[in-house]
Parts: sequence; C-alpha cells; structure tokens
Amino acid sequence: MTEQIHKHVLENGLTILTKELHHAPLISHWVWYRVGSRNEVPGKTGISHWVEHMQFKGTPRYPIHVLDAEISRVGGFWNAMTYLDWTTYYETLPAEMAGVAIDLERDRMVNSIFDLQETELERTVIISEREGNENDPMFKLSEAVRQAAFSRHPYREQVIGAMDDLRAITRDDLYAHYQRFYTPSNAVIAVAGDFQTADMIDQLAEKYNSLSSAEIQAGKIEPEDKIEAFSKVVVEGPEETVYFELSYRAPSANSQDFFSLMVLDSLLTGPTSLSMFGGGGISNKTSRLYKQVVEKDAAMSISGGLQSTIDPYLYNILAITSPDSDTERIRARIDDEIARLQDSPVSSEEIARAIKQAKALFAYGSESITNQAFWMGYAAIFADHTWFDNFIENLESVTAESVMKAARKYLQGDERVIGIYRPTAGGKR
Amino acid sequence: MTEKRNMHIPGPENIHSLTLENGVTVLSFSNTNSQTVYIVGILRGGGVQDPAGKTGLAHFTANLLNRGTQSTDFGTFHQLLESAGASLSFSCGTQHAWFRGKALAEDAGLLFRLAAEGLREPAFPAEYVERLRRQLLTGLSIRDQDPSEVASMLLDAHLFPAHPYGQPVDGTIQTLTGIIREDIKQFHADNYRPDDLTIVIAGNFSPKTVETLANEFFASWENLQKPTSTVPILPDPPASILRKHAFIEGKSQTEVILGSYGPARTSQDFTPVYIGNNILGQFGLMGRIGKSVRSKSGLAYTASSSVSGWADVGTWDFSAGVNPDNTEKAIGLIREEIRAFIENPVTDEELENTQSHLTGRMPMALESNGGLANAILTMQRFNLGLDYYQNYRQMIEDVSAEDILEASRRYLHPDKLVIASAGPGADIQ
Repeated sequence: MTEQIHKHVLENGLTILTKELHHAPLISHWVWYRVGSRNEVPGKTGISHWVEHMQFKGTPRYPIHVLDAEISRVGGFWNAMTYLDWTTYYETLPAEMAGVAIDLERDRMVNSIFDLQETELERTVIISEREGNENDPMFKLSEAVRQAAFSRHPYREQVIGAMDDLRAITRDDLYAHYQRFYTPSNAVIAVAGDFQTADMIDQLAEKYNSLSSAEIQAGKIEPEDKIEAFSKVVVEGPEETVYFELSYRAPSANSQDFFSLMVLDSLLTGPTSLSMFGGGGISNKTSRLYKQVVEKDAAMSISGGLQSTIDPYLYNILAITSPDSDTERIRARIDDEIARLQDSPVSSEEIARAIKQAKALFAYGSESITNQAFWMGYAAIFADHTWFDNFIENLESVTAESVMKAARKYLQGDERVIGIYRPTAGGKR
Repeated sequence: MTEKRNMHIPGPENIHSLTLENGVTVLSFSNTNSQTVYIVGILRGGGVQDPAGKTGLAHFTANLLNRGTQSTDFGTFHQLLESAGASLSFSCGTQHAWFRGKALAEDAGLLFRLAAEGLREPAFPAEYVERLRRQLLTGLSIRDQDPSEVASMLLDAHLFPAHPYGQPVDGTIQTLTGIIREDIKQFHADNYRPDDLTIVIAGNFSPKTVETLANEFFASWENLQKPTSTVPILPDPPASILRKHAFIEGKSQTEVILGSYGPARTSQDFTPVYIGNNILGQFGLMGRIGKSVRSKSGLAYTASSSVSGWADVGTWDFSAGVNPDNTEKAIGLIREEIRAFIENPVTDEELENTQSHLTGRMPMALESNGGLANAILTMQRFNLGLDYYQNYRQMIEDVSAEDILEASRRYLHPDKLVIASAGPGADIQ
C-alpha cells in the first residue's frame, strides 16, 4: 500500500480518486453513486437496484446490445452492484482500453433511456432474481431479522426490495430516481492501475466537466442507534437445517468503535476479509467461539458479520446446525464468551494476532487491481478514501480497554434480535 | 507495454521445474511484485477412487487431512496457520485430491510443512472423524434442499449413469453415515502417494528456497509403487431428450440445467468449443442464451452456458433459474439457440468480439499468485505444454467460424440432451 491515492474534485462536485499501480497492464475503473436501499421509501423498495439493472439497457449512443458488448469486446470484465448505501459500476480491462470504460460510464450517468418495454422485461428478471434469493433460507431469516432490528430506518428492507413494490414500481418512478441520484456531485470515480495520474485526471475532467453541478436533494435519514428491546423471530421452512443468528446494532464504519468491534469480531469468530475480488480469507478454527461452539459440538459452524455502513447497521453471529441441536445451548455458549470479553481484558498478544491477520488479508487483496480500486471508492462512500490506507493504523490503536468497552456497549443481551430458521416439523426449540 | 506483459506470462523460461526421486513434481514461478505466496497441489485421491457403496469417502478423507496429524494436533495445526494469517485447505474433486494455501512470503515454509504433514501422516483422530461427519451431514442436508445443487446432481446422474462421474463427490447422507474410520485410513493408504503429486507455487521467493523446502518436506515420502486402478468405461452420451425433475418443498424458483458431453480438455476440439461456448452463453450479458432468455424474454435473472473438460471427457451445460410457470418456455428457448448454433456458423463479428475478449482478459487471469499457480497447474495437468499461455493469443485467433461449427456438432444437439430441474412441481422420474 505504498502507492499514493490522489484525490481531485471537479467544479461540478465529481470526486476522482486515482492510484497508479504498474505491476500488470490493467486498469480498474469504478463509478460509485451514493444511493442504495438506504435512500428508499416504503412502497418503492428495490428501486435503486432496479435502476442499476436499467443502466444496462442502453443510451442513444450505446444502444442495448452495443453497450453489453462494448467492454467485453476489449477483454474486460464488468458488472454492477447495489447495496445498502451505494450503487457501483465497474470495468477492469487492458490499460490501453481505459477510454472505452470512461466513455461508457460518462454516457450512462445522464443519458440512459429507460425504455418502457425494457422496463417491463426487467421487472420479471428482477422478480426472478428475488425468487432465486427466496430459495435460500438465510434470505428469509435475514428479511425477518432486519424487520425486527429496525423500526423505521430503510436498512430494515432488503436491497432487492419487497415483492409488492417490485410489482408496482413504474418506469417513471425509476427514471425519477435515476435523475435524482445520478449526478456528478453524488458520484465518486475510483481508478487504479497502469496509467499516469495527470493524464487520467485530464481525461476524466474533459469528459465530465460539461455536466451540471446540481446538488442532489437527499432526504434526511435518521439513524437508529439502539435496538430498543430484545426480540426473537422464528421463521419456519421445510429445510432440515437450523440457522441461529444473534444480531446486535453495530457502529457506523466512520466511528472509532468500529475498529474495536472489528478486533472483537476477529477474536470471537475469526478474521474477515475486506476483499471482494480474490485474495480470499483466513480459516476460522481457533477463534473463541469456534472452540466453544463447534469444538464442543454445540453447532456445526460459526461465523460473524460486520459491515462497513454509513449509519449504524448490524453485527451478526450465525451458527448453522442440525435440527437435533439445542439452540439454547448455543446461545448460552455464545453469551458466556461475550461475557468474558465484557468482564476481562484480552491479552495484547491476541490483539497483535488479529492485526497480523488483517495485514495478511490486506496483502492478499492488494494483488488484485480491481480490489484496490474497489477499496478506494467503497471507503469514500462511508468515510473517506483514506479509510483503507489508515486501516491498519486504526486497528493498531485498538486496546484491551476499547475492546472491552465495545463488548459492553454493543453486545448487550437485551438489545439484540435472536433469529431462528428451523424445520417446520419443529426442532428442539 | 508488450515487453511488460510478456514478463507476466509464465512459460518454459520462467517456470522452474523440479522432480524429486520419489516422483513429486514441483513447479515454481517467482513473482517479486508481491508480498505473498500461493501454493496448490493435486494428487490421486479424487471421487473416482471411491469404492462401490462408499461415495463420498475420498471427500471425507481429504477434508480430514487438516484435522490433526501424527506430529501436530488439530488445535496447534490451525493455531500455527491462523496466527501467521495463512490458510491451507484440503479438498476433493472428481479426479483428484487438492490442497491450496496462501501465506505472507516469509511463511512459505509453514505451508510446505503442514501440507506435507496433512498429505503424508494424517492422524484421523476418531473425535474429529465424528465431528467432521456431523458437519458434512449438515452440509449435505443444505445441499439437498438447494435446487441448483439438486438439478446439477440430477444432470450428472443421468449423463453418467453407473459411472463415478455421475456420483456426487461429497456423497449422500446414506453413504456418509456408513463410512467408518478404517475405510478412511485404508483409502488414504491406497491412494495418497508421492509419484502423482504435482505442486505449483507462485509468489515472492527464490527457486532455491522452493527446492530446499520441497526436499525437506517431501523427499523422504516413500514411493510404494502401488498398482493403479482404472476408471470404468464412459457410457454413451444422450441419444434423445431425457427430462428429469426433482420436487423440493418451499421453493420459489426452479433451477434447470440442460447438458451433454463436451470435449476433453486435451482434445483438439476444446479450443473451438470453448470459443463457441463463449459466444453461445457467456459473452457480454451471457451471450446468445442470455440475450434470448433474459434480455428479450425477461424470463430469468441468470441463463448461461459453460464447458468443462477433464482428461478423458468434458461436459457442456446450459442453466437458468426461472419461475416455475416459465420452465418449459425457457428450456424451449435454450434448445432453439442450440439448434441455431449447430445449423449455422457464428458471425464474423461474434467471433472477433469473443476472440478479442478471451485474449484481452488473459492478464487478469494471471494477475495474482493464485491465478498464476492455477494456470501453471492447468498446463501441467493436461499436458498442454508450458508455453501454452505464451501461445494463447495465436491459438485463439487461429480458430475459424467453421472450426467452431464442426467441433460443436460433434457434441451438441438440441434433441440429444439431459434436461434436469429442481424446485416446485412434481417429480419427473
């Protein structure tokens, strides 16, 4: 991570982040928009994700089947993703072909057609995507847990949206959402790879300078700081597997507490990779909960999930087990380990180990230019572009006291949701 | 740029090859741009070696290799790895047992040591045999409720009836329950031997270091020269449409897979078929199949095709996830595309686009140590020649539309397919 990130902001508010990496003749180009399910209202859930799909349906300059061949032809891979706080579009391709990606993304920032017939065809594609998700018991459990964990914040809804909304959203709703959120001032471009910084900034500035500087009118979104009361949700299905999940309110990624919770999660359930494109993770067979839950045969697997978000979201601990397992025993073992973190300081060796693991995960992820560009833009959405550069430093500032404090503040038994997915015939509890 | 690109393509002049006296082959590629190492290895011990009635034994055995060895117990084994931020896993495919590991460059020796211990002297502790059995059974129970997994198993079973390729590598609940520890010990003794072990390592090290480590940890593994068993003769490919469906309760979507034989990885037909398949079900948004099933009809979120080749045979699959009401319609559209594909050659534009795509993306495949090591292993495993990737561009560009048509007709016919699906709706047996 020695290569420097350059930040440049155009007059119209477009943020450009660049990082030169010359070890392979590649470039990865990302356009991030600050819009996701967080910016949706009841009745229109799933609209951000659907707009993302419509961005592949063509502009006058790049009609539908021209657009979908443009990047692939030059040997690139490209895609888009929509999540809680953001929607992003990316292309990784041979460095000399960067202009193709830049031109295409500039064009569809403002010129997408949103043809009525294409909108209707995409409605059934998205409904099919949701039905595919519904085949997975964890999707159904997560849907129920989020509803219980948030009373009003948009994080309570699935990114893909509610089925009723997917049936009702119109072409004009989609187009209005696009026009509102797809503007230079609401976007971040992140480029990493084999180029010269000054040339790249000139090239992007020339493309984007003519776009207007309208500020978007984003509605105010009130964060939900606490899960007010304990609740338990049970979802039943025909599967013969039990999913047992504890969900706690987690801090925003922009909070120092986030790093303490990250170390805490690493101790409890093993280190988590922040890479989306290769690199992989480190196994979790020595974490505190693996030893107490899996090695003691209370459940078959254990994992933790902490996500980097703008507003406080959820920290989850998930155990997967068979129907003859006693979920009350799993809960008790997890609670014992949490109590241990709340009551006694962890050793400095354990914190050092978590940091070494994070450093290794960073090194693995850094081999991919796509990851490097991803990290810059992703961080710019919930904090700023230096978040990843300062990541190890921030982890190193975590102390035994701050871990204990985080365990006490965030992992309270009466401020959580217990979610259970179990066979319809009934497990033990 | 050209000079730099060549530096990244592994070939005979930069791959260091070493064969130990006992037959272990080690190939290494030094990548001084990185801070890490990635190691991958294959040897005899895949699902094809499962004795009758013990499907899943090879998989069970491979997964036990990191559950404790004669010298290092389970806890210490993983403490060593995870404290170093490293990972090492053992797995099992149809043809081979595999291991894969990665670490910071300074810990390369740890990967060699633990890989050698796992392969050569696993302890198979009874406690871990039982714990892993329960974990695997939970995994099988999840698999058996997953429509895409079930459709895929159904396809294999009918494409390769009464042949090991038709059996699930991870076994069934019944076979896994019946396997005893003695079976596992015997399977290991019969199949794990040095003479067909190939190890590939890529990363920041000197060839001398690799030679020293290979000798230290693998040279003393005695080659007992046991006789090699043969794999049963392959059944004939489908001669008509064979339609199968498995009902799974509580699902929203049907997963469907159409499949036939494809060329072996070593066949002259592989490259033209690989290029043809890219046009048919990969390029852009999932090629012609994606355009027909998703873009034009709005029937599915995913609809694509893939080819995979082994040493003796390959498969050519077409899959889609669709609403149950649209299953037969989607199958019809895919068969129409197959018919058109074997009736007329692909257009010049399609061919040029795909050739440019496949050659342009090669640097991405070779970007990371994992990508490099896996590419080198593919060359070695299928005897493609260590200059395969250096000649790749020419090889792809030399293929004509007629070559694709001719090769494809040998494998693909719209009226000779196994069509398997799983999800809502009554069984078709």
